[in-house]
Amino acid sequence: MVHRIDPDTNRFREIVRGKIKQNLKKYISHGELLGKQGENVVSIPLPQIELPRFRYGVQQTGGVGQGDGDEGSPLQPSAGQGQGAGDQPGEHLLEVEVSLEELAQILGEELELPRIQPRGERSLESSTDKYTGIHRAGPESLRHFKRTFKEALKRQIMAGLYNPERPVIVPVREDRRYRSWKQKPVPESNAAILYMMDVSGSMGNEQKEIVRIESFWIDTWLKSQYRQIETRYIIHDAAAREVDQHTFFHVRESGGTRISSAYQLCKEIVEKDYDVTRWNIYPFHFSDGDNWGGEDTALCMKLLREFLLPCSNVFCYGQVKSAYGSGQFIKDLMEAFPEHDNLLLSEINNRDEIYRSIKTFLGKGR
Amino acid sequence: MKGELTPELSVLRDEIRQYARDFGLDFFEVSFELLDYDQLNMVAAYGGFPTRYPHWKFGMDFEELQKTYSYGLSKIYELVINNDPCYAYLMKCNNLVDQKLVMAHVYGHSDFFKNNYWFSHTNRKMMDEIANHGVRIRRYIERYGQQKVEEFIDCCLSLENLIDYHSPFITRHRKRVEDEKSQERELVQPTRLKAKAYMESFINPPLFLEEEKQRIQQKLDELKKFPEEPERDILLFLMENAQLERWQRDLISIIREEAYYFAPQGMTKIMNEGWASYWHSRIMTEKACSAAEVVDYADHHSATMASQPGALNPYKLGIELFRDIEDRWDKGKFGPDWDECDDVALKSAWDKRLGLGRQKIFEVRKIHNDVTFIDEFLTPEFAEKHKLFTYGYNKQTGEYVIESRDFRAVKERLLFSLANFGQPFISVDDGNYKNRSELYLIHRFDGHALRLDHARDTMEHLFKIWQRPIHLETTVDKRKKVMTYTGSKHEERILK
Repeated sequence: MVHRIDPDTNRFREIVRGKIKQNLKKYISHGELLGKQGENVVSIPLPQIELPRFRYGVQQTGGVGQGDGDEGSPLQPSAGQGQGAGDQPGEHLLEVEVSLEELAQILGEELELPRIQPRGERSLESSTDKYTGIHRAGPESLRHFKRTFKEALKRQIMAGLYNPERPVIVPVREDRRYRSWKQKPVPESNAAILYMMDVSGSMGNEQKEIVRIESFWIDTWLKSQYRQIETRYIIHDAAAREVDQHTFFHVRESGGTRISSAYQLCKEIVEKDYDVTRWNIYPFHFSDGDNWGGEDTALCMKLLREFLLPCSNVFCYGQVKSAYGSGQFIKDLMEAFPEHDNLLLSEINNRDEIYRSIKTFLGKGR
Repeated sequence: MKGELTPELSVLRDEIRQYARDFGLDFFEVSFELLDYDQLNMVAAYGGFPTRYPHWKFGMDFEELQKTYSYGLSKIYELVINNDPCYAYLMKCNNLVDQKLVMAHVYGHSDFFKNNYWFSHTNRKMMDEIANHGVRIRRYIERYGQQKVEEFIDCCLSLENLIDYHSPFITRHRKRVEDEKSQERELVQPTRLKAKAYMESFINPPLFLEEEKQRIQQKLDELKKFPEEPERDILLFLMENAQLERWQRDLISIIREEAYYFAPQGMTKIMNEGWASYWHSRIMTEKACSAAEVVDYADHHSATMASQPGALNPYKLGIELFRDIEDRWDKGKFGPDWDECDDVALKSAWDKRLGLGRQKIFEVRKIHNDVTFIDEFLTPEFAEKHKLFTYGYNKQTGEYVIESRDFRAVKERLLFSLANFGQPFISVDDGNYKNRSELYLIHRFDGHALRLDHARDTMEHLFKIWQRPIHLETTVDKRKKVMTYTGSKHEERILK
């Protein structure tokens, strides 16, 4: 229903969104949104916009209350919010719920992310059924009770059989109406995101947190762009294995680093589960760039060149700075693939750079 | 949006209106409308006026109401508008007992609006007036753009409380001041050089004298303060004296008018709600409630009267005070005899059978506002019976603690929180400070400091209207200070 107040509410939301937008960087780097994911909505507590006034400093006023208790005994926490003098203490916190779609939209606007163009031959058509009209024939399970009833009423009034004093309506065969449907083609495109993370000893909690926050935003954006998203998680040190989301973010392993193991596993997963003609594939790899030996790096390059790069929309490599990492891998990549425009590289030195890194990864619109 | 009462409800309304009449209530006719919850929330967000001017603040209030309602945190039962006829909005989904209670409550409010002295100056056609305001502001938005108008409204709203709540009842003698001024003007005498009579017109030529007179007058004028008396109605002062465009002046006048309209409702919150609750309780328990409805009624009534531990509920305080007054005047517990009596036993059994209670409460509802109501009728016995106490903030523990149950302290604190709505007294002392048309405000310090961050932001808003530096004299940590906003930065200096 449309209300007269809607423009005002929208105006307020715009202002609030303005607030969110200005603060977006902060939210990204502090990851405040992550803990509060509900069912597809993220709640962001926001200070309610409070126009400044000449008023008393809150904590000095106190007030009058009613109830039991000795002098000097503390009040219930709620007490201050009563009808005391002046204004209520504390900030007014208003939780604004932002759906993930909206969040993605804000993210897109803020980062000026282009909409992703699915690769031509990979967009598929499927069909869905839509109820579009009413027919006189159909299965009983689709009978439209209200319309049927109306038809019967019409017929009875026309025939003079309707008695308002005793409103009995009996539908007959001809009165029955059924829902009818049409098949509509729906263009469909699917995406698979493969997150790979280096969990070797040199990746600390802070590094993982950065990966976690960045993955959340990437996920949010890609979900807004594709109907169907599949997410897979791979962790690796010297060997790679596939894990679930929880493990991906919480595991702490140690050991050496062989990046090729992850790429190999990634390749296997894609070959097995995702037909590259039907899926848009997004591998993301996060590491501190400290690979074990040039031999393994060479193997990585080979895997990338022969399989991963050609089959992916983009292949993103984010190098997180850690205290121990040499950070060599990104340089190797730069040397090996100066010409590939679907290999995206970004260095993330601290939380504040997540923002820029997302822009690098998603800014191409592919 | 019109939601007529259902036939069932209109029968009930007629019944309850008759009960209210029989009890002697004298109210504006009430026009009830039935709304569903988002409509009701909308009307509530607009302060009761669905045609109010557009502003995001209302949208914000609406969102909050919607949220708190849908999470079951709060619920508006009814909304009454001080207007002739009175408008009252009922929530469609309330059950019948609630509707009856609310209607009885509404007649109480309507009687209060009509008869309480503090409402006597409010516009009784406010429904139309506010619609007018809406139209005017919409027109400005069309002409000058939403951003510009909205920003200006933001400024005004942040100064909304800077009005003189008593001014509708005071006739200011501006005109006489003018007269005095011109008399003074006559009195100014230029200095004459000594001269013999025949030389007079040469040594002191009339033209020179006239110029001299004007020069002196001008000096005197400069010394004179502007405004001559400190002005508490700051919005009025701005309207009359700030360099504004017409639409801006009009906006201030709109905000100010609405602030004055709503002021009495703030000034009589305890009384108004107490009075309405008193009557809904009498009408329901003595007349309107059927046996089957008693439990629901009691449930609702007690929820309305409930006070959170430690907080004061104006409904509760109001209704109990009215009942207390009625009881005291029925039994004659007032006057010198009562005051001089020290015998507790005698006092508790006191009953002169005067039966003046009803008459007294009607009188009280006519002439008092919350401040005078509490001042006059809050008794030590009452405070003790209802376990009133004062609380304050303990900086060490970071908690609010009960400070005292002393009657004087309770009363004083309560009155403080009510006087001027618990808002600081601020007035314009000088509109031409240092002869540079800067604005000098004084906060009359009453032991409570201002919230400084807000004060600074408010000064910025003031600057947008006054367009010259703003000074505010206030007291912080027991030292007198002058805060200044120059238009680009904030400064402070300590007054000796």
